[in-house]
Amino acid sequence: MSKTYVVVAEQRDGKLRRVTLEALRAAADSAGENDAIHAVLLGEGLDASAAELAAYPLAKVHVIEDERLTLYNPEAYVLALAPLLDSLKPDGLFLGHTAIGRDLAPALAARLSAGQLSDVTAIEHADDRTVFVRPIYAGKAIERRAFNTHPWVVTVRPNNFPAAVPGAGGASAEIVKHAAAPEMTLRTVIRDVVRNMSGKVDLTEAKIVVSGGRGVKSAEGFKPLEELAALLGGAVGASRGACDAGYCDYALQIGQTGKVVTPEIYIACGISGAIQHLAGMSGSRIIVAINKDAEAPIFRTADYGIVGDLFEVVPLLTEEFRKALA
Amino acid sequence: MNIAVLLKQTFDTEEKIVLTGGAVSEEGVKFVVNPYDEYAVEEAIRIKERTGGQVTVLSVGPARAAEALRTALAMGADEAVLIDDERIPQDEFAVAGVIAAFLKGHDFDLVLGGNFSVDTGGAQVAVRVAEALGIPHVASITKLELSGGKANVERDAEGDAERIDVELPALLTAQQGLNEPRYPSLPGIMKAKKKPLKTLTLDDLNLSNQTIEEKTARVSLSLPPERKAGQILDGDMPQQAAALVGLLRAAIKAI
Repeated sequence: MSKTYVVVAEQRDGKLRRVTLEALRAAADSAGENDAIHAVLLGEGLDASAAELAAYPLAKVHVIEDERLTLYNPEAYVLALAPLLDSLKPDGLFLGHTAIGRDLAPALAARLSAGQLSDVTAIEHADDRTVFVRPIYAGKAIERRAFNTHPWVVTVRPNNFPAAVPGAGGASAEIVKHAAAPEMTLRTVIRDVVRNMSGKVDLTEAKIVVSGGRGVKSAEGFKPLEELAALLGGAVGASRGACDAGYCDYALQIGQTGKVVTPEIYIACGISGAIQHLAGMSGSRIIVAINKDAEAPIFRTADYGIVGDLFEVVPLLTEEFRKALA
Repeated sequence: MNIAVLLKQTFDTEEKIVLTGGAVSEEGVKFVVNPYDEYAVEEAIRIKERTGGQVTVLSVGPARAAEALRTALAMGADEAVLIDDERIPQDEFAVAGVIAAFLKGHDFDLVLGGNFSVDTGGAQVAVRVAEALGIPHVASITKLELSGGKANVERDAEGDAERIDVELPALLTAQQGLNEPRYPSLPGIMKAKKKPLKTLTLDDLNLSNQTIEEKTARVSLSLPPERKAGQILDGDMPQQAAALVGLLRAAIKAI
Protein backbone atom coordinates (compact mmCIF):
# COMPACT_ATOMS: atom_id res chain seq x y z
CA MET A 1 0.00 0.00 0.00
CA SER A 2 1.26 3.42 -0.81
CA LYS A 3 2.32 5.62 2.06
CA THR A 4 1.91 9.32 2.74
CA TYR A 5 4.62 11.58 4.08
CA VAL A 6 4.27 15.19 5.14
CA VAL A 7 7.05 17.76 5.30
CA VAL A 8 6.38 20.79 7.49
CA ALA A 9 8.11 23.55 5.52
CA GLU A 10 9.68 26.68 6.95
CA GLN A 11 10.18 29.97 5.20
CA ARG A 12 11.88 33.16 6.19
CA ASP A 13 11.18 36.50 4.51
CA GLY A 14 9.38 34.83 1.62
CA LYS A 15 12.10 32.28 0.90
CA LEU A 16 12.13 28.60 1.82
CA ARG A 17 14.74 27.68 4.38
CA ARG A 18 17.39 25.37 3.05
CA VAL A 19 16.68 22.86 5.82
CA THR A 20 13.20 22.44 4.32
CA LEU A 21 14.75 21.36 1.02
CA GLU A 22 16.92 18.96 3.01
CA ALA A 23 13.82 17.63 4.77
CA LEU A 24 12.20 17.12 1.35
CA ARG A 25 15.23 15.09 0.39
CA ALA A 26 14.99 13.05 3.60
CA ALA A 27 11.34 12.36 2.82
CA ALA A 28 12.26 11.27 -0.71
CA ASP A 29 14.97 8.98 0.76
CA SER A 30 12.30 7.32 2.92
CA ALA A 31 9.57 7.11 0.31
CA GLY A 32 9.00 4.41 -2.25
CA GLU A 33 7.96 5.01 -5.85
CA ASN A 34 4.23 4.91 -5.18
CA ASP A 35 4.32 6.94 -2.00
CA ALA A 36 3.04 10.51 -1.81
CA ILE A 37 4.95 13.39 -0.27
CA HIS A 38 3.02 16.48 0.78
CA ALA A 39 4.43 19.76 2.03
CA VAL A 40 2.68 22.22 4.31
CA LEU A 41 3.45 25.89 4.91
CA LEU A 42 2.03 28.00 7.73
CA GLY A 43 2.07 31.75 8.22
CA GLU A 44 1.22 34.82 6.22
CA GLY A 45 2.29 36.02 2.77
CA LEU A 46 3.26 32.54 1.62
CA ASP A 47 2.59 32.77 -2.14
CA ALA A 48 6.23 32.97 -3.18
CA SER A 49 7.32 30.12 -0.91
CA ALA A 50 4.36 27.99 -1.99
CA ALA A 51 5.26 28.53 -5.65
CA GLU A 52 8.88 27.65 -4.86
CA LEU A 53 7.75 24.42 -3.16
CA ALA A 54 5.41 23.51 -6.01
CA ALA A 55 8.42 23.06 -8.30
CA TYR A 56 9.53 20.01 -6.30
CA PRO A 57 8.14 16.54 -6.97
CA LEU A 58 5.33 16.66 -4.42
CA ALA A 59 1.78 15.34 -4.37
CA LYS A 60 0.45 18.63 -3.03
CA VAL A 61 1.57 21.83 -1.37
CA HIS A 62 -0.78 22.79 1.48
CA VAL A 63 -0.88 26.38 2.62
CA ILE A 64 -2.45 27.51 5.90
CA GLU A 65 -2.53 31.31 5.86
CA ASP A 66 -3.58 33.07 9.02
CA GLU A 67 -2.34 36.14 10.85
CA ARG A 68 -2.21 34.13 14.08
CA LEU A 69 0.48 31.98 12.44
CA THR A 70 2.79 34.81 11.35
CA LEU A 71 4.95 34.37 14.43
CA TYR A 72 5.58 30.82 15.58
CA ASN A 73 3.16 29.89 18.36
CA PRO A 74 3.27 26.20 19.30
CA GLU A 75 -0.38 26.06 20.33
CA ALA A 76 -1.64 27.81 17.19
CA TYR A 77 0.57 25.71 14.89
CA VAL A 78 -0.58 22.44 16.44
CA LEU A 79 -4.25 23.46 16.22
CA ALA A 80 -3.85 24.70 12.64
CA LEU A 81 -2.13 21.49 11.50
CA ALA A 82 -4.45 19.07 13.29
CA PRO A 83 -7.29 18.95 10.70
CA LEU A 84 -4.86 18.55 7.79
CA LEU A 85 -3.00 15.73 9.54
CA ASP A 86 -6.33 14.10 10.42
CA SER A 87 -7.31 14.06 6.75
CA LEU A 88 -3.92 13.12 5.27
CA LYS A 89 -3.20 10.47 7.93
CA PRO A 90 0.53 10.55 7.22
CA ASP A 91 2.75 7.56 7.87
CA GLY A 92 5.68 9.85 8.48
CA LEU A 93 6.25 13.51 9.25
CA PHE A 94 9.44 15.46 8.54
CA LEU A 95 10.56 18.74 10.07
CA GLY A 96 13.86 20.58 10.29
CA HIS A 97 15.61 20.36 13.67
CA THR A 98 15.29 24.14 14.00
CA ALA A 99 13.90 26.52 16.63
CA ILE A 100 10.45 25.78 15.19
CA GLY A 101 10.84 22.16 14.18
CA ARG A 102 12.38 20.86 17.39
CA ASP A 103 9.53 22.49 19.31
CA LEU A 104 6.66 21.58 17.03
CA ALA A 105 7.70 18.00 16.22
CA PRO A 106 7.28 16.50 19.71
CA ALA A 107 3.97 18.35 20.17
CA LEU A 108 2.68 16.80 16.93
CA ALA A 109 4.19 13.43 17.83
CA ALA A 110 2.38 13.52 21.17
CA ARG A 111 -0.91 14.32 19.42
CA LEU A 112 -0.44 11.48 16.94
CA SER A 113 0.77 9.08 19.68
CA ALA A 114 3.77 8.74 17.42
CA GLY A 115 7.37 7.84 18.00
CA GLN A 116 9.93 10.46 17.07
CA LEU A 117 13.59 10.45 16.14
CA SER A 118 15.23 13.85 16.50
CA ASP A 119 18.21 15.45 14.82
CA VAL A 120 18.60 12.76 12.16
CA THR A 121 21.67 13.07 9.92
CA ALA A 122 21.14 10.21 7.46
CA ILE A 123 18.62 7.59 6.41
CA GLU A 124 19.64 4.06 5.43
CA HIS A 125 17.75 1.06 4.15
CA ALA A 126 18.72 -2.31 5.57
CA ASP A 127 16.84 -5.62 5.47
CA ASP A 128 13.64 -4.04 4.26
CA ARG A 129 13.72 -1.57 7.09
CA THR A 130 14.31 2.16 7.17
CA VAL A 131 17.02 3.06 9.64
CA PHE A 132 17.61 6.57 10.95
CA VAL A 133 21.09 7.72 11.94
CA ARG A 134 21.43 10.20 14.77
CA PRO A 135 24.43 11.42 16.72
CA ILE A 136 24.07 11.12 20.49
CA TYR A 137 26.20 12.65 23.24
CA ALA A 138 26.57 15.56 20.81
CA GLY A 139 28.30 13.31 18.28
CA LYS A 140 30.53 11.31 20.60
CA ALA A 141 28.53 8.26 19.49
CA ILE A 142 26.31 7.44 16.52
CA GLU A 143 23.05 5.63 17.05
CA ARG A 144 20.95 3.89 14.43
CA ARG A 145 17.28 3.53 15.31
CA ALA A 146 14.13 2.33 13.61
CA PHE A 147 10.45 2.82 14.28
CA ASN A 148 8.30 0.02 15.67
CA THR A 149 5.01 1.74 14.88
CA HIS A 150 3.32 4.14 12.47
CA PRO A 151 2.89 7.07 12.22
CA TRP A 152 6.26 8.53 13.11
CA VAL A 153 7.99 11.88 13.23
CA VAL A 154 11.55 12.79 12.23
CA THR A 155 13.48 16.04 12.58
CA VAL A 156 16.50 16.45 10.32
CA ARG A 157 19.67 18.21 11.34
CA PRO A 158 20.47 21.14 9.02
CA ASN A 159 23.47 20.76 6.67
CA ASN A 160 23.48 16.95 6.54
CA PHE A 161 21.06 15.89 3.80
CA PRO A 162 21.65 17.22 0.31
CA ALA A 163 18.91 19.64 -0.75
CA ALA A 164 16.11 18.18 -2.88
CA VAL A 165 16.17 19.13 -6.53
CA PRO A 166 13.14 20.56 -8.34
CA GLY A 167 11.22 18.15 -10.58
CA ALA A 168 12.13 17.87 -14.23
CA GLY A 169 10.34 19.94 -16.86
CA GLY A 170 9.09 22.60 -14.45
CA ALA A 171 6.78 20.12 -12.73
CA SER A 172 4.20 21.92 -10.67
CA ALA A 173 2.46 20.45 -7.65
CA GLU A 174 -1.07 21.56 -6.86
CA ILE A 175 -1.26 24.28 -4.21
CA VAL A 176 -4.17 23.81 -1.81
CA LYS A 177 -5.18 26.60 0.54
CA HIS A 178 -6.67 25.75 3.92
CA ALA A 179 -8.21 28.00 6.52
CA ALA A 180 -6.95 27.79 10.07
CA ALA A 181 -9.65 26.90 12.60
CA PRO A 182 -11.64 30.11 13.14
CA GLU A 183 -11.95 29.48 16.86
CA MET A 184 -8.59 28.91 18.41
CA THR A 185 -8.49 29.55 22.14
CA LEU A 186 -4.84 30.31 22.69
CA ARG A 187 -3.24 30.45 26.10
CA THR A 188 0.04 31.47 24.53
CA VAL A 189 0.53 35.01 23.20
CA ILE A 190 3.64 36.01 21.29
CA ARG A 191 4.11 39.66 22.23
CA ASP A 192 7.01 40.46 19.93
CA VAL A 193 10.30 39.19 18.61
CA VAL A 194 13.61 40.93 19.10
CA ARG A 195 15.45 40.17 15.88
CA ASN A 196 19.04 39.81 17.00
CA MET A 197 19.79 37.67 13.99
CA SER A 198 18.25 39.57 11.08
CA GLY A 199 20.60 39.53 8.15
CA LYS A 200 22.85 37.01 9.89
CA VAL A 201 23.37 33.40 8.93
CA ASP A 202 21.92 30.86 11.37
CA LEU A 203 24.69 29.02 13.17
CA THR A 204 23.41 25.49 12.58
CA GLU A 205 22.73 26.13 8.90
CA ALA A 206 25.97 28.01 8.20
CA LYS A 207 28.40 26.49 5.69
CA ILE A 208 31.28 28.30 7.35
CA VAL A 209 31.62 28.91 11.09
CA VAL A 210 34.25 31.16 12.64
CA SER A 211 34.37 30.40 16.31
CA GLY A 212 36.07 32.08 19.26
CA GLY A 213 37.18 30.82 22.65
CA ARG A 214 38.72 32.29 25.77
CA GLY A 215 41.63 33.45 23.62
CA VAL A 216 39.33 36.11 22.16
CA LYS A 217 39.64 37.82 25.56
CA SER A 218 36.64 40.20 25.35
CA ALA A 219 33.38 40.96 23.56
CA GLU A 220 35.38 43.44 21.48
CA GLY A 221 37.75 40.62 20.57
CA PHE A 222 35.01 38.95 18.49
CA LYS A 223 35.13 41.82 15.96
CA PRO A 224 37.84 40.34 13.70
CA LEU A 225 36.01 36.98 13.77
CA GLU A 226 32.76 38.69 12.79
CA GLU A 227 34.50 40.42 9.89
CA LEU A 228 35.91 37.15 8.57
CA ALA A 229 32.55 35.39 8.97
CA ALA A 230 30.71 38.21 7.20
CA LEU A 231 33.18 38.14 4.30
CA LEU A 232 32.71 34.39 3.87
CA GLY A 233 28.93 34.47 4.35
CA GLY A 234 29.33 32.39 7.50
CA ALA A 235 28.28 32.61 11.12
CA VAL A 236 30.15 33.32 14.33
CA GLY A 237 30.18 30.71 17.09
CA ALA A 238 31.86 30.42 20.47
CA SER A 239 33.15 27.95 23.01
CA ARG A 240 31.64 27.56 26.43
CA GLY A 241 34.65 29.34 27.89
CA ALA A 242 33.95 32.48 25.85
CA CYS A 243 30.25 32.41 26.77
CA ASP A 244 30.87 31.78 30.46
CA ALA A 245 33.35 34.66 30.48
CA GLY A 246 30.58 36.90 29.15
CA TYR A 247 32.27 37.68 25.81
CA CYS A 248 29.22 36.62 23.84
CA ASP A 249 25.66 35.38 24.06
CA TYR A 250 24.93 31.76 24.94
CA ALA A 251 23.03 31.50 21.65
CA LEU A 252 26.47 31.24 20.00
CA GLN A 253 27.76 28.39 22.15
CA ILE A 254 28.92 25.29 20.31
CA GLY A 255 29.45 22.05 22.20
CA GLN A 256 27.66 19.36 24.11
CA THR A 257 25.89 22.13 25.96
CA GLY A 258 24.96 24.56 23.23
CA LYS A 259 24.68 23.76 19.56
CA VAL A 260 26.10 21.02 17.40
CA VAL A 261 27.29 22.33 14.05
CA THR A 262 28.41 20.51 10.93
CA PRO A 263 29.60 23.19 8.49
CA GLU A 264 31.88 22.68 5.49
CA ILE A 265 34.57 24.74 7.19
CA TYR A 266 35.01 25.37 10.92
CA ILE A 267 37.64 27.91 11.96
CA ALA A 268 38.43 27.68 15.70
CA CYS A 269 40.16 30.79 17.01
CA GLY A 270 41.67 30.80 20.49
CA ILE A 271 39.80 27.62 21.40
CA SER A 272 41.78 25.04 23.34
CA GLY A 273 39.53 22.13 22.37
CA ALA A 274 37.87 20.80 25.51
CA ILE A 275 36.12 17.50 24.87
CA GLN A 276 32.69 19.07 25.36
CA HIS A 277 33.47 21.62 22.62
CA LEU A 278 34.96 19.03 20.23
CA ALA A 279 31.72 17.07 20.50
CA GLY A 280 29.83 20.02 19.06
CA MET A 281 31.99 20.58 15.98
CA SER A 282 33.97 17.49 15.04
CA GLY A 283 31.40 16.57 12.39
CA SER A 284 32.58 19.61 10.38
CA ARG A 285 34.12 18.72 7.02
CA ILE A 286 37.26 20.83 7.35
CA ILE A 287 38.53 22.09 10.70
CA VAL A 288 41.04 24.91 11.02
CA ALA A 289 42.62 25.76 14.35
CA ILE A 290 44.34 29.00 15.26
CA ASN A 291 45.88 29.03 18.72
CA LYS A 292 48.95 30.47 20.42
CA ASP A 293 49.48 27.24 22.33
CA ALA A 294 51.04 24.62 20.06
CA GLU A 295 50.02 21.95 22.59
CA ALA A 296 46.31 22.86 22.53
CA PRO A 297 44.21 19.69 22.00
CA ILE A 298 42.29 21.41 19.18
CA PHE A 299 45.31 20.81 16.89
CA ARG A 300 44.81 17.05 17.24
CA THR A 301 41.40 17.38 15.61
CA ALA A 302 42.18 20.08 13.06
CA ASP A 303 42.92 19.48 9.39
CA TYR A 304 44.98 22.66 9.25
CA GLY A 305 46.59 24.47 12.13
CA ILE A 306 48.27 27.81 12.57
CA VAL A 307 50.20 28.33 15.79
CA GLY A 308 49.91 32.03 16.38
CA ASP A 309 48.01 34.94 17.86
CA LEU A 310 44.47 35.04 16.52
CA PHE A 311 44.50 38.84 16.59
CA GLU A 312 47.35 38.74 14.09
CA VAL A 313 46.23 35.72 12.07
CA VAL A 314 42.49 36.38 11.63
CA PRO A 315 42.84 39.86 10.05
CA LEU A 316 45.53 38.44 7.73
CA LEU A 317 43.14 35.66 6.72
CA THR A 318 40.35 38.15 6.08
CA GLU A 319 42.75 40.14 3.89
CA GLU A 320 43.89 37.06 1.96
CA PHE A 321 40.32 35.80 1.46
CA ARG A 322 39.26 39.24 0.23
CA LYS A 323 42.00 39.09 -2.40
CA ALA A 324 41.30 35.47 -3.31
CA LEU A 325 37.55 35.95 -3.66
CA ALA A 326 37.79 39.26 -5.54
CA MET B 1 3.24 28.13 43.74
CA ASN B 2 3.51 24.39 43.28
CA ILE B 3 6.38 23.60 40.91
CA ALA B 4 7.51 20.32 39.37
CA VAL B 5 10.95 20.05 37.80
CA LEU B 6 11.76 17.28 35.32
CA LEU B 7 15.31 16.13 35.75
CA LYS B 8 17.57 13.62 34.04
CA GLN B 9 20.89 12.35 35.25
CA THR B 10 23.45 12.43 32.43
CA PHE B 11 27.12 11.83 31.77
CA ASP B 12 29.36 14.76 32.64
CA THR B 13 30.03 16.59 29.37
CA GLU B 14 33.79 16.04 29.76
CA GLU B 15 33.33 12.25 29.66
CA LYS B 16 34.55 10.22 26.70
CA ILE B 17 32.20 7.62 25.30
CA VAL B 18 33.36 4.00 25.41
CA LEU B 19 31.29 1.19 23.91
CA THR B 20 31.19 -2.25 25.46
CA GLY B 21 28.97 -5.01 24.14
CA GLY B 22 27.15 -2.61 21.82
CA ALA B 23 26.17 -0.22 24.61
CA VAL B 24 27.64 2.91 26.15
CA SER B 25 29.81 1.86 29.07
CA GLU B 26 29.01 3.50 32.40
CA GLU B 27 32.12 2.21 34.10
CA GLY B 28 33.97 4.92 36.00
CA VAL B 29 31.75 7.60 34.48
CA LYS B 30 30.96 10.76 36.42
CA PHE B 31 27.25 11.52 36.37
CA VAL B 32 25.73 14.96 36.77
CA VAL B 33 22.36 16.66 36.68
CA ASN B 34 21.72 17.36 33.00
CA PRO B 35 23.09 20.94 32.66
CA TYR B 36 19.85 22.31 31.18
CA ASP B 37 17.80 20.72 33.96
CA GLU B 38 20.08 22.40 36.48
CA TYR B 39 18.85 25.79 35.20
CA ALA B 40 15.30 24.55 35.69
CA VAL B 41 16.00 23.46 39.28
CA GLU B 42 17.64 26.80 40.04
CA GLU B 43 14.75 28.77 38.55
CA ALA B 44 12.20 26.77 40.54
CA ILE B 45 14.07 27.41 43.77
CA ARG B 46 14.32 31.14 43.02
CA ILE B 47 10.57 31.33 42.43
CA LYS B 48 9.95 29.51 45.71
CA GLU B 49 12.29 31.90 47.53
CA ARG B 50 10.42 34.91 46.11
CA THR B 51 6.82 33.77 46.38
CA GLY B 52 6.80 30.68 48.54
CA GLY B 53 5.65 27.25 47.46
CA GLN B 54 6.87 23.77 46.97
CA VAL B 55 9.44 22.37 44.52
CA THR B 56 9.22 18.70 43.53
CA VAL B 57 11.97 17.22 41.37
CA LEU B 58 11.05 14.22 39.29
CA SER B 59 13.18 11.78 37.35
CA VAL B 60 12.63 8.63 35.34
CA GLY B 61 15.78 6.56 35.48
CA PRO B 62 17.82 3.86 37.18
CA ALA B 63 18.68 3.82 40.89
CA ARG B 64 21.83 5.89 40.31
CA ALA B 65 19.63 8.86 39.31
CA ALA B 66 18.75 9.27 43.01
CA GLU B 67 22.11 10.99 43.39
CA ALA B 68 21.12 13.71 40.91
CA LEU B 69 17.82 14.16 42.75
CA ARG B 70 19.74 14.53 46.03
CA THR B 71 21.81 17.28 44.39
CA ALA B 72 18.60 19.12 43.49
CA LEU B 73 17.36 18.68 47.08
CA ALA B 74 20.66 20.04 48.35
CA MET B 75 20.24 23.07 46.08
CA GLY B 76 16.89 23.72 47.77
CA ALA B 77 14.15 21.58 46.22
CA ASP B 78 11.69 20.21 48.78
CA GLU B 79 11.02 16.68 47.68
CA ALA B 80 12.08 14.24 45.02
CA VAL B 81 10.45 11.40 43.13
CA LEU B 82 12.33 8.75 41.18
CA ILE B 83 10.37 6.49 38.88
CA ASP B 84 12.61 3.48 38.42
CA ASP B 85 11.25 0.53 36.50
CA GLU B 86 12.96 -1.71 33.96
CA ARG B 87 9.73 -1.98 32.00
CA ILE B 88 10.05 1.66 30.90
CA PRO B 89 11.79 1.63 27.51
CA GLN B 90 14.41 4.19 26.48
CA ASP B 91 11.96 5.98 24.26
CA GLU B 92 10.65 9.52 24.64
CA PHE B 93 7.04 8.54 24.03
CA ALA B 94 7.09 6.12 26.94
CA VAL B 95 9.13 8.29 29.31
CA ALA B 96 6.81 11.25 28.71
CA GLY B 97 3.79 9.02 29.27
CA VAL B 98 5.12 7.88 32.63
CA ILE B 99 5.93 11.45 33.74
CA ALA B 100 2.53 12.72 32.63
CA ALA B 101 0.82 9.91 34.53
CA PHE B 102 2.56 11.00 37.72
CA LEU B 103 1.92 14.73 37.20
CA LYS B 104 -1.77 14.19 36.44
CA GLY B 105 -2.38 13.07 40.00
CA HIS B 106 -0.88 16.28 41.41
CA ASP B 107 -1.77 19.91 41.17
CA PHE B 108 1.17 21.79 39.67
CA ASP B 109 1.05 25.45 38.64
CA LEU B 110 4.31 25.23 36.76
CA VAL B 111 6.36 22.41 35.27
CA LEU B 112 9.99 23.20 34.43
CA GLY B 113 12.49 21.13 32.51
CA GLY B 114 15.66 21.46 30.45
CA ASN B 115 15.75 22.41 26.77
CA PHE B 116 17.24 19.00 25.97
CA SER B 117 19.42 16.39 27.62
CA VAL B 118 23.06 16.34 26.64
CA ASP B 119 23.16 12.54 26.22
CA THR B 120 20.49 11.16 23.91
CA GLY B 121 18.74 14.53 23.86
CA GLY B 122 15.95 14.64 21.34
CA ALA B 123 14.30 17.65 23.01
CA GLN B 124 11.05 15.70 23.14
CA VAL B 125 10.04 14.57 26.61
CA ALA B 126 9.07 17.90 28.19
CA VAL B 127 7.01 19.07 25.21
CA ARG B 128 5.28 15.68 25.02
CA VAL B 129 4.44 15.95 28.74
CA ALA B 130 2.82 19.37 28.16
CA GLU B 131 0.69 17.95 25.36
CA ALA B 132 -0.29 14.96 27.48
CA LEU B 133 -1.32 17.24 30.34
CA GLY B 134 -3.14 19.59 27.97
CA ILE B 135 -1.18 22.62 29.14
CA PRO B 136 0.70 25.14 26.98
CA HIS B 137 4.48 25.08 26.76
CA VAL B 138 7.32 27.36 25.81
CA ALA B 139 10.70 25.76 25.13
CA SER B 140 14.17 27.22 25.43
CA ILE B 141 13.49 30.18 27.72
CA THR B 142 16.15 32.62 28.89
CA LYS B 143 13.94 34.84 31.10
CA LEU B 144 10.98 34.15 33.32
CA GLU B 145 8.69 36.41 35.33
CA LEU B 146 5.42 35.45 36.94
CA SER B 147 2.49 37.79 37.39
CA GLY B 148 -1.28 37.52 37.52
CA GLY B 149 -1.51 33.82 36.74
CA LYS B 150 0.78 34.16 33.74
CA ALA B 151 4.39 33.54 32.90
CA ASN B 152 6.12 36.26 30.88
CA VAL B 153 9.08 34.62 29.22
CA GLU B 154 11.75 35.18 26.64
CA ARG B 155 12.42 32.30 24.30
CA ASP B 156 15.69 31.89 22.43
CA ALA B 157 14.85 31.06 18.81
CA GLU B 158 18.13 30.65 16.97
CA GLY B 159 19.46 33.85 18.54
CA ASP B 160 16.27 35.89 18.18
CA ALA B 161 14.38 36.60 21.41
CA GLU B 162 10.64 35.93 21.34
CA ARG B 163 8.69 37.60 24.15
CA ILE B 164 5.80 35.38 25.12
CA ASP B 165 2.99 35.45 27.70
CA VAL B 166 1.59 32.09 28.66
CA GLU B 167 -1.21 31.21 31.05
CA LEU B 168 -0.49 28.95 34.01
CA PRO B 169 -0.40 26.06 34.47
CA ALA B 170 2.28 25.80 31.82
CA LEU B 171 5.45 23.87 31.05
CA LEU B 172 8.67 25.76 30.32
CA THR B 173 12.09 24.45 29.33
CA ALA B 174 15.30 26.19 30.29
CA GLN B 175 17.97 27.43 27.92
CA GLN B 176 21.44 28.54 28.94
CA GLY B 177 21.46 32.08 30.27
CA LEU B 178 18.23 31.67 32.25
CA ASN B 179 20.22 31.89 35.49
CA GLU B 180 23.45 30.87 37.17
CA PRO B 181 22.74 27.64 39.09
CA ARG B 182 24.01 27.64 42.68
CA TYR B 183 26.31 25.03 44.13
CA PRO B 184 24.72 23.07 46.95
CA SER B 185 25.94 24.46 50.29
CA LEU B 186 27.18 22.19 53.07
CA PRO B 187 24.08 22.86 55.23
CA GLY B 188 22.02 22.28 52.07
CA ILE B 189 23.65 18.89 51.58
CA MET B 190 23.03 17.97 55.21
CA LYS B 191 19.38 19.03 54.98
CA ALA B 192 18.90 17.14 51.72
CA LYS B 193 19.60 13.86 53.51
CA LYS B 194 16.42 14.32 55.51
CA LYS B 195 14.21 15.49 52.65
CA PRO B 196 11.78 12.97 51.17
CA LEU B 197 12.98 11.02 48.13
CA LYS B 198 10.31 8.60 47.00
CA THR B 199 10.97 5.77 44.59
CA LEU B 200 8.02 4.59 42.52
CA THR B 201 7.50 1.84 39.99
CA LEU B 202 4.92 1.53 37.24
CA ASP B 203 2.69 -0.34 39.68
CA ASP B 204 2.32 2.88 41.69
CA LEU B 205 1.02 4.75 38.64
CA ASN B 206 -2.19 4.13 36.79
CA LEU B 207 -0.79 3.21 33.41
CA SER B 208 -1.97 1.22 30.46
CA ASN B 209 0.46 -0.92 28.50
CA GLN B 210 -0.04 1.39 25.53
CA THR B 211 1.49 4.25 27.49
CA ILE B 212 4.83 2.49 27.68
CA GLU B 213 4.85 1.12 24.16
CA GLU B 214 8.34 1.25 22.68
CA LYS B 215 7.86 3.36 19.57
CA THR B 216 11.49 3.33 18.48
CA ALA B 217 14.27 0.79 18.96
CA ARG B 218 18.01 0.87 18.68
CA VAL B 219 19.44 -0.96 15.69
CA SER B 220 23.09 -0.33 16.45
CA LEU B 221 25.54 1.96 18.17
CA SER B 222 28.96 2.99 16.95
CA LEU B 223 31.67 5.54 17.49
CA PRO B 224 32.22 8.29 14.93
CA PRO B 225 35.26 7.95 12.67
CA GLU B 226 38.24 9.38 14.49
CA ARG B 227 39.67 12.58 13.09
CA LYS B 228 43.37 12.56 12.45
CA ALA B 229 45.61 15.44 13.32
CA GLY B 230 46.31 17.35 10.14
CA GLN B 231 48.91 19.72 8.94
CA ILE B 232 50.45 22.49 11.04
CA LEU B 233 51.42 25.27 8.66
CA ASP B 234 54.77 27.04 8.81
CA GLY B 235 56.46 30.17 7.59
CA ASP B 236 55.81 33.71 8.79
CA MET B 237 52.23 34.68 9.58
CA PRO B 238 51.38 36.33 6.24
CA GLN B 239 52.77 33.23 4.46
CA GLN B 240 50.73 30.92 6.64
CA ALA B 241 47.57 32.96 6.11
CA ALA B 242 48.10 32.91 2.35
CA ALA B 243 48.80 29.17 2.39
CA LEU B 244 45.64 28.47 4.40
CA VAL B 245 43.49 30.54 2.06
CA GLY B 246 44.98 28.56 -0.83
CA LEU B 247 44.07 25.29 0.89
CA LEU B 248 40.51 26.40 1.67
CA ARG B 249 39.81 28.15 -1.60
CA ALA B 250 38.44 25.14 -3.44
CA ALA B 251 36.12 24.24 -0.55
CA ILE B 252 34.83 27.81 -0.33
CA LYS B 253 34.22 28.07 -4.06
CA ALA B 254 32.18 24.87 -3.86
CA ILE B 255 29.79 26.36 -1.28
